[in-house]
Amino acid sequence: MTTGTGAPVRVEARGVTLAFGASTVLRDIHVRIEPGEFFALLGPSGCGKSTLLRLIAGFNRAQRGGIFLDGVDISAVPPWERNVGMVFQSYALWPHMSVAENVAFGLEERRLPRQRVRARVAEVLELVGLAEFGGRRPGQLSGGQQQRVALARTLAIEPRVLLLDEPLSNLDARLRHHMRRELLAMQRKLGITTIFVTHDQEEAMTTADRIAVMDQGVVQQVGSALELYDAPASRFVAEFVGTINLVPAGDPLFAALVAEPGGATHAAFRPHSVLLAQRPGDPAHHWMPARVAEREFLGEFIRYRLEAAGRELIADLPHALGSAGFAQGAGASLGIDRTQVRLLGA
Amino acid sequence: MSAPLAAPGAVAPLNAEAGRWSAGQAAVALAIAAFLLAFLIWPVLTVIRVAVTEPDGSLTLSHFGSFFQLSLMRESFANSLYVAGMTVVLATLIAVPLAYITVRFRFRGAILIQTLGVLPLIMPAFMGAAAMQLLFGRSGSVNQLLGQWFGFTLPIMEGLKGVIFVETLHYFPFILLNLSAALANIDSAMEESAQNLGASGWRLFRRIVFPLALPGYVAGASLVFIKVFDDLGTPLVLNVTNMLAPQAYLRVTSIGIEDPIGYVICFILVGFSIAAMAGSAAFLRGRDFATLQRGAAAAPRRDLRPWQAVLAYGWIVGVLLLVLSPHLGILMLSLSKVWSFTLVPEIWTLDNYSVVFRDSTRMITNTFLYCGLAALLDVVIGTAIAYLVLRTRVPGRQWLDHMATVALAMPGVVLGIGYLRTFRDTEIPFTGEALLGSWLIFVLAYTVRRLPYALRSCNAALQQVHLSLEEAAQNLGASRARTIWRVVVPLMAGGILAGFVTSFITAAVEISETILLTSRESLAPMSYGIYLYMQSIAGRGPGAALGVVAIVMVALGTYLSHRFVAARHAQQFMKGQRP
Repeated sequence: MTTGTGAPVRVEARGVTLAFGASTVLRDIHVRIEPGEFFALLGPSGCGKSTLLRLIAGFNRAQRGGIFLDGVDISAVPPWERNVGMVFQSYALWPHMSVAENVAFGLEERRLPRQRVRARVAEVLELVGLAEFGGRRPGQLSGGQQQRVALARTLAIEPRVLLLDEPLSNLDARLRHHMRRELLAMQRKLGITTIFVTHDQEEAMTTADRIAVMDQGVVQQVGSALELYDAPASRFVAEFVGTINLVPAGDPLFAALVAEPGGATHAAFRPHSVLLAQRPGDPAHHWMPARVAEREFLGEFIRYRLEAAGRELIADLPHALGSAGFAQGAGASLGIDRTQVRLLGA
Repeated sequence: MSAPLAAPGAVAPLNAEAGRWSAGQAAVALAIAAFLLAFLIWPVLTVIRVAVTEPDGSLTLSHFGSFFQLSLMRESFANSLYVAGMTVVLATLIAVPLAYITVRFRFRGAILIQTLGVLPLIMPAFMGAAAMQLLFGRSGSVNQLLGQWFGFTLPIMEGLKGVIFVETLHYFPFILLNLSAALANIDSAMEESAQNLGASGWRLFRRIVFPLALPGYVAGASLVFIKVFDDLGTPLVLNVTNMLAPQAYLRVTSIGIEDPIGYVICFILVGFSIAAMAGSAAFLRGRDFATLQRGAAAAPRRDLRPWQAVLAYGWIVGVLLLVLSPHLGILMLSLSKVWSFTLVPEIWTLDNYSVVFRDSTRMITNTFLYCGLAALLDVVIGTAIAYLVLRTRVPGRQWLDHMATVALAMPGVVLGIGYLRTFRDTEIPFTGEALLGSWLIFVLAYTVRRLPYALRSCNAALQQVHLSLEEAAQNLGASRARTIWRVVVPLMAGGILAGFVTSFITAAVEISETILLTSRESLAPMSYGIYLYMQSIAGRGPGAALGVVAIVMVALGTYLSHRFVAARHAQQFMKGQRP
C-alpha cells in the first residue's frame, strides 16, 4: 500500500483465461499496455471487457495466466493492496459520507496524517473543479459532478494504474463529449497508465492511444484507431469499428473488385469510398447501375442504402449547399473506388 | 347485458374527474373511521387522559410525581429499559453474523438460517419461558449437566437475566430479517470501490457495509426494543414483576381500575413505542441510500474458507440449538408426567393431552371463534381501506390508513387497560349484557390490534392488481360494486388469505390484552389457558400440551399462508409468460 510511485507502469495480461462455471468469459488474453498509455477495451456488451478490467483491479481471479505490473505478477495480491485505482460505472459514491469524506477514504486507509489527507483532498477536488463541493452529499450533485467526485476519489490515492469502467455512459450526450476531452487532458497531465472500458467506438477512437477490440472473450485486434479503421483484421472488427460494405468471395462483384483474391473471404470498403452519379465517370472506379432504397440526411453527408448487383450497399456522399442528392427510388450509377478496397481473412 | 346499458350513470370512471366520490364510499369510510375511533383511539386517549388529569378533570403532573416517588416504580422503569436494551444488544450479536453469512457467502446452510428466522416467531415468548426454565433454570437440565461434569452452574434464568435470555431468543429474527434484506440491497460496487481504495476486512465492514445496512438494522432493532419493553406475558410467566408492564397489570388488577399509577405506566409505554417508531422512521427518511445505486447488483457470494465454514456452521448450529430448545422443552414437558430435577422427564405420558382435550376444548373453540371473527373483520376492513386509499378520492382516506397503523405502536397492556376503563359501564345494545363480560370484547380487541397486518397484506395485493383489469370489467358493463366483487376481490384472494392467516395466528397467541380482558374462565381463549396452567407446577404438563396444540396451529397457518402466497406468485408468473 504505497502511494505515488512516480514513473508510469506497464500493464500486461499474459495468457489470461477465466470462466464462470461453464461459460468461458475470457480466452487466452494477451495484451500489453505501455507506460503512460491511454488504452481502450472496446466491444459489445458481454464481450468480457469489464471482466478483464475487474481482473486487473483484483475482483476476479483468472483460472490461467496472470496480470503483470512492470513485469511483476500481481495475481495473488488482494484488491486493497494493489494500488490500482478504479472508477466504477455507477460511480459507487458512498451516500453516508460527504464528498470530502469520500475522497479522503483511500488516504485514511493508507494511514496518512490528517493534515496531509486534508491537503490532498483539497488538491484533487481542485483538480476536478469541485473545490467548493467538499461538504455536499453525493446525492446533492449532478451526474457529471458525481463522476468527477468518483474520479477525484480514485486519483487521490495516486494509483499506479487508472481503470475506468464505462466512465461516460451515465452522462447525457453533450456532457459526454465535454468530459471525454477533460478526461484525456487530465490523463496527459498526470501521465498515468489508463485503461478504460467502453462499448462506444467513437469514444474509444477519439480518446485512446490504442484500442483492443474484444468479442466473445477474445481479443480480436489491438491497434491505434487508424489501424483498426483502415486495416481491420477480421470481419468482426471491420463491422464493429465504423460502417463498412462487405462482399463475400464468390460474389460476381468480388471478382470485379479484386484482381488477386489470395485466400480472402471478403472484400470490404467504406461507404465514403462509393460514388453516386447520373452516369459512370472516373474509370479508376468500378461502375454499376443502382437504385436508392433509402436515404438518411445526416448534415455533413447523406447516407444512401442502395440496391446494386443483387445486394445492399451503403454509400455516404458529402452534402453541399443547394444539392438535393438522389431521391428515394431513383436510379443512379454507383462507383466503387478500387484503391480503397481491403481484403479480409487473407 | 341490457341492464347496465340502461343505467350508464352507475359506471363511473375510475380515476378521471379528480375529487369525485360516491356516497357509498363515504359511508364505508365513515363507518371504518367510527370503528377505529371507538375501539382504538378513544381507549388510548382515555388512558392518557387519566394519567394527566385529576379526578375532577384538571390537568396535572402529580401522578407522574407519585410514580417517581415509589422506589419500586423507579426500579421497574430502569429494569424495563435495561431488559429491552440488553435484548437489543444480544439479539444484535446473534443476528449480525447470521445475516452477513447468509447474504455474503455461498454455502449449503441457507435453509437452516431461514428456519432460524421463522422458528422462534411461531411460538410466543411467554410459552417458551416455562420450558426454558426447565432446561436452563437453576435445577434445569443444562445446569445439572454442568454441575455434574464441571462443578459449576450458569444462572442465566435468574430474574431479569431470564427475561433477557428468553426475549433475545424470541426476537432476534426481527433484526436478522431486516438486516439481511438491507445487506442484500447494497450495490456490490459500493464495497468494491472501498476495496479498490485499500479497505478490507473489519474496516471495510465498519466504514462501508454497516453504515449502508444501518437503516435495516435500525428498523429491526427498534421493533425488538418496543416488543420487549411492552411484553407482559414473559416476565409474568418467569415471575419477574419489577418491570413496567407487569406493574401496570398488577396495579390495575390488585389496586383497582382507578389507580392512576397504572395509567402513568401506560403513558410511558405508549410514549416509548411512538418515540421508537417515529425515531426509526425519521432516521430512515433522512437517508436516500437507494437512489444513488443505479444498476445495482448484489455483491457476489464468496466461498467460505475451511476455518470460516467451521465457524459459520458452528455459530448457526449453536443458535439453532438454542432456538429449538424452548420448542423441544415444551414438547417434552407436554409428554411428561413429572419433570423436575432430572435431565429429561422420567415418566412419559399422553395424559396431558387428554386432560387438555377433556377440560379445555372450550378454550380451543373460543380461540377459533374470537380469532376467526377478528381475522375476518380485519381482512374486510383491510380490503376496504386499501380500496378507498388506492382507488378512490374520498377525502381523508389516508387518515384511515394512518389510524389503522397506529395500532402497531400500541402495547397490548395499554389497549387492555384502556378497554377496561373506557367500557366499564358499556352494555351491548338490545341484550343489555355488559360488553366487558362478553366474548365480543375479545373479537374487538384482536381486530383492532391485528388490523395493521391484514391491512399491509391487502394493500400489497391490491397494488398488484392492474387498474386496466377493473376498467375492462366496467367497460363491459359491471358496476363499481360488481367489479370489486367479481374482479378485484378474486385477484386479491391470495393476499387477503395471507392477511387472514397472519391476523389469526398472531391473535391466537396474543397474551397481554388477553390476560387483562379475561373476566371469567369460560370466556378464556387458549393463550390465557396456557398462561393459567403455567402458573402451577401441576398445570405445567397440560399447559405445555395446550401450547403444543397452539404451536402446531400457528406453524400450520404460517406454512399454508406461505404456500398460498407462493402459489399465487407462480400463477401470476405463468400468466405473465403469455402475452
